[in-house]
Amino acid sequence: MSEAVPPTGTPGSPHTAPIVPAPVVSRGGRGSLVGGGVLLLVVVLLAGVVPYVVTLGALSSLVMLFALVILGTTWNLLAGYGGMVSVGQQAYVGVGGYALIQLADAVGAPPWAAVLAAGLIGAAIALPTSYLVFRLAGGYFAIGTWVVAEVFRLVTMQIDGLGGGSGLSLSAFRGTDPVERVAFVYWFALALMVAVVLGTYLLMGSRVGLGLTAIRDDRVAASSLGVAVDRGRRLVYVAGSAGAALAGALIALSTLGVTPGSIYSVNWTAAMIFVVVVGGIGTIEGPLVGAVLYWVLQQALAPLGTWYLVVLGAVAVAVVLLAPRGLWGLLAGRFQLFPTTYRAHPGAVGAMVAPKTGR
Amino acid sequence: MDWLNAGVQGVLLGGQYALLACGLSLIFGVMRIVNLAHGVLAVLAAYLSLVLVQQGLPLWLAIVVVVPVFAALGYAVQRGLFNPALAQARGRTSGELAPLLVSFGVAVALTNLLQEVFSADTRKIPTGELASAGLPLGQLSIGVLPLITLIVAAVVIAGVQLFLARTATGRAMRAVADDAGAAAMVGVDPKHMYAVATALAFATLALAGVFVGMSTQFSPGHGDLVLLFAFEVVIIGGLGSLWGTLAGGVVLGLAQTIGAQIDPQSGVLAGHIVFLAVLVVRPGGLITRGTTSGSVPA
Repeated sequence: MSEAVPPTGTPGSPHTAPIVPAPVVSRGGRGSLVGGGVLLLVVVLLAGVVPYVVTLGALSSLVMLFALVILGTTWNLLAGYGGMVSVGQQAYVGVGGYALIQLADAVGAPPWAAVLAAGLIGAAIALPTSYLVFRLAGGYFAIGTWVVAEVFRLVTMQIDGLGGGSGLSLSAFRGTDPVERVAFVYWFALALMVAVVLGTYLLMGSRVGLGLTAIRDDRVAASSLGVAVDRGRRLVYVAGSAGAALAGALIALSTLGVTPGSIYSVNWTAAMIFVVVVGGIGTIEGPLVGAVLYWVLQQALAPLGTWYLVVLGAVAVAVVLLAPRGLWGLLAGRFQLFPTTYRAHPGAVGAMVAPKTGR
Repeated sequence: MDWLNAGVQGVLLGGQYALLACGLSLIFGVMRIVNLAHGVLAVLAAYLSLVLVQQGLPLWLAIVVVVPVFAALGYAVQRGLFNPALAQARGRTSGELAPLLVSFGVAVALTNLLQEVFSADTRKIPTGELASAGLPLGQLSIGVLPLITLIVAAVVIAGVQLFLARTATGRAMRAVADDAGAAAMVGVDPKHMYAVATALAFATLALAGVFVGMSTQFSPGHGDLVLLFAFEVVIIGGLGSLWGTLAGGVVLGLAQTIGAQIDPQSGVLAGHIVFLAVLVVRPGGLITRGTTSGSVPA
């Protein structure tokens, strides 16, 4: 051990491994180029062609699909990336819905600004709430958030200015041509959906997002590596709740009103969970797939009452047990819509990869 | 006098809540699963006994049928759904996700199935004179049915406690709860023990569901409320303490009846707020055991 080892390998030195060219790391690849192209094409079609060829009713139900994508994507942020299963996100759907109507009608804000502000209000309420619900972990966090949502609903019903038990209806669009109104809501919802999905993608690729993934996988290990665990989880909770509030505002904007029973319904969270779990938890693409499936099932089975929820409940159980990575997980690897994976290629053709030393 | 009455009714109501919470506490204590289908399963038990009573069975016989059926159901659900979910969770680091999601899927499917079969109308299990019978106590009247519920709750909790403390199966169950791997090495089958625990939990939950069905108007959606109440009782009483569960039930019952005395609309809200207050002040619950591992109800 007294012998000094040369710091860098020189050819012929017995202590060094053969020189290996540094591997080239690339992101995405052809699969994600094709997938991203398809995705872009779909968005362009939705924005430029679909509104001119389908009925107003179909446009309204597409707004619901966009809201489902937002709900799923932001719940995925919580559960898939933050490891927090909340069954109480309907609290923020409700806050968003009520905030939109109050801002648009009582304050007189333009609808688009009211929706964005509703998202901010959701975030502002989620921040103090997080200090309460973060006292619970795991499954107890799940029901604790549900209790909080119930408190939000019951308190809303007690406030006379918010219409009590019968809710509020939106009057900001009174006098607007229905075609104009539906078209506005449709394009706005589409833009918002694209922004939320892209924002989530960028967040997860950032330093903060990598820290969050580490927290989800092993909180203690992440903490010991210097990831700010509490701050990261709080950020996810606030961002996810803001997303739910945005979706709630869109839903209220599209349905022209809220009632406490429906906008604070746990079925919103049920929808988020199915969208994420069936689509594929912890991936950007999963909620997109899940939302489309949920929406199609809902549209197809709607005449039969709530049977679609029976089917979805059973499907969700089956997916968790048999294909825990969801439908997207069954496809992933073949192609992808977002360049999220890194691949390492050997640096030079024919180079032997020697066992690394000193690492 | 109204306040005293509210207090007495609250304590009695607490019996029902404690009975409801017993199964939730047991399942969590033994395998750390939070069963989100707890509430709707209790409502299912209420519907089953309602159907049996409507077929002409006396109520006591309906209970004698429903409780073992639910124990068997619990064994099957654990073997068929929860055990695979636990195995799923063990493979990944985000631990409790799979069992939680499975139980939520079951809850949503079952709630909507009940809605399709029985409609959303509210029902009540007919109990004849029992529903209105009361024992005079000074100027107060103690309802016979709530009193029976409270006594049953205390007996069930004491029974579960004795079972866990004194029987060989109970000891094996506690061993599995503490360390499933070590228990397996000394010849206890954790999967079987989990299933027995769930069977026991489902039996108590069925009994609780029948009492709920006798005392309140219920509908398929009532399960959500039942789940939240049971959960609040467990947290207020302190995780892993069955007697704490009884105390938690009484606290929640008192909060709701006193809240309703202040404002008839706000009973449930008052219960939620007391729960949140306990969470802020004493996150470990009102009654906590000294040990750190305190998850096992014993």
